[in-house]
Amino acid sequence: MCLAVPGKVMEIEERDGTRMATVDFGGVVKEVCLEYVPDLVVGDYAIVHVGFALQRLDEESARRTLELFEELGLLQEEFGDPWEAAAAEEAMQAQEARK
Amino acid sequence: MKYLDEFQNPELARRLLGEIRATVTRPWALMEVCGGQTHTIIRHGIDQLLPEEVELIHGPGCPVCVTPLAVIDQALEIAARPEVIFCSFGDMLRVPGTDRDLFRVRGEGGDVRVVYSPLDALKIAQQNPHREVVFFGIGFETTAPPNAMTVYQARKLGIGNFSMLVSHVRVPPAIEAIMTSSSCRVQGFLAAGHVCSVMGTDEYPALADRFRVPIVVTGFEPLDILEGIRRTVRQLERGEHTVDNAYPRAVRPDGNPAARAMLADVFEVTDRSWRGIGTIPASGWRLSDRYRDHDAEHRFSVGGITTREPAACRSGEVLQGLIKPHECEAFGTTCTPRTPLGATMVSSEGACAAYYLYRRLGSTPIPLEATPVV
Ligand code: SF4
Repeated sequence: MCLAVPGKVMEIEERDGTRMATVDFGGVVKEVCLEYVPDLVVGDYAIVHVGFALQRLDEESARRTLELFEELGLLQEEFGDPWEAAAAEEAMQAQEARK
Repeated sequence: MKYLDEFQNPELARRLLGEIRATVTRPWALMEVCGGQTHTIIRHGIDQLLPEEVELIHGPGCPVCVTPLAVIDQALEIAARPEVIFCSFGDMLRVPGTDRDLFRVRGEGGDVRVVYSPLDALKIAQQNPHREVVFFGIGFETTAPPNAMTVYQARKLGIGNFSMLVSHVRVPPAIEAIMTSSSCRVQGFLAAGHVCSVMGTDEYPALADRFRVPIVVTGFEPLDILEGIRRTVRQLERGEHTVDNAYPRAVRPDGNPAARAMLADVFEVTDRSWRGIGTIPASGWRLSDRYRDHDAEHRFSVGGITTREPAACRSGEVLQGLIKPHECEAFGTTCTPRTPLGATMVSSEGACAAYYLYRRLGSTPIPLEATPVV
C-alpha cells in the first residue's frame, strides 16, 4: 500500500465535479483522481498512490521505475487480487501438507 | 559483489559505493524511515555491499505494522456487523487483531471488500444506499491526502452511508520520538521520499537542527538509496546536519500544496498510539469536527475493547531499530508470514517479513530462490 507507482495519463474526464483520468501502469489500467496535480495533461507521467496522482514525473524515470517494479513483482502485489493470492497460498499449503 | 549485477545500472552503483567507501572514516548508524526502502535494501543486499562502518537501522515506516491493535480490533468489530460493507486496502487483511483478522471475519460471513483506492469505497457506498460502507483509513502522509479527499467528496455529494475508520500517522513526530529515546543510536536519516512528495521538506530543518542529525530525502530504487546514503555519510563526515533532497524528481520543497490544504481542512493533529511503540504526542491525524458525521468511530460505538499483544513479539523493538528481526527468538520458528505473531511479519513492507522473505537470518545472506510475497 505504501508503494507509489508511476503511470501515464491516457484520458481525462470530469466526473461528479472531479478531475479523473485513466492511467496506464505498464499494462494495468486504473482510474486515477487528478485533483492534487490538476495541470496534468494526456501523455504526462505522474506518481500515483492509491488512485491519486501526487506529483508529476518525467517519462524517463517513470519508465525505469515501472520496469524495476515489474521485475520485482511489486506491480502484482499492488494491483493483484489478495483473495486470489490467499486461495493460491492455501492450495500450496494443502499440497505441502499432502507431501 | 554478486548483488551488484542485479542493479539497473551496476556501473553507477559501483561508483556510488566507491565514493561512500572513500568518504567514510568511522562508524555511522543511519535509519531508513520507510518500509519500502527497507525492502529494497534487504532484497538487493545494499547493507551487505556497504563498507562495514555504515550500519543501516530499519525504521518504523510501515503503516500496516504501526496501526495499533485497538484500532484493528475496532475494524474487526465493525466489519463483522451485518449492515456493514467494510472496505480496506489488501495488505490489512492478515494483520492479526486480538483473536482474528479480516480474512477470518470474511470467512465468517462479514462483507469485507478489498479496494485499490478509497474512492472505490465511496463508489460502493453510492451503489449500496441501504448499507453502511466503512473504509479503513490508515497510512502515513502519502495515503492521508487520498483519504481526506474521499471524505471531502462524501460530504460534498451528501453520501450519508459512507464513513471512515481513521488511524493516520505522521513521520516527523516519530523521528522526534526515536531521537529522544535513551537507547537511540541513529546518527542520520534517509527520509521517506513519497511522504515528502506530499509534505515537502519544511518539517525537517527544525528536527535536523535540534538533534544535529542529517536528514536526506531518499527515493526507493536501489540507486536512490545508495545516493541517499552517500549524501548522509558525506554530511556526517563533515560534521554537517542539514536537510538535503536526493529525490528531486518526485519531491519539491513545498511538496504538494493542494494535498496539504486538503489535509488541513479534513484532519486535525492528534496523539496516536503506534503498535509496539506506544503513544507519540501529535503523531497522527483524526477527522476534524466538521467531518464527524463521516467518522466511523463515532458512528459505531466500538469502545471498551480489551487488547492482548502476543508476549513473544518484539516488533516494538524492531520498529524502533533497537533489534534486527532475526534477533527475535520467534523469528522463523513460531513466527513466519503464514503464522505471524506481529504485524511486522504480516505486512509485505514489514522489516520481519523482509528478513524472512530474503532469508537474512544472520550476518551472512543466504541466497534464495524466488519466494512468493505472502
Ligand atoms: S519475528 Fe515475529 S514475533 Fe518477532 S518481532 Fe517480528 S513479528 Fe514479532
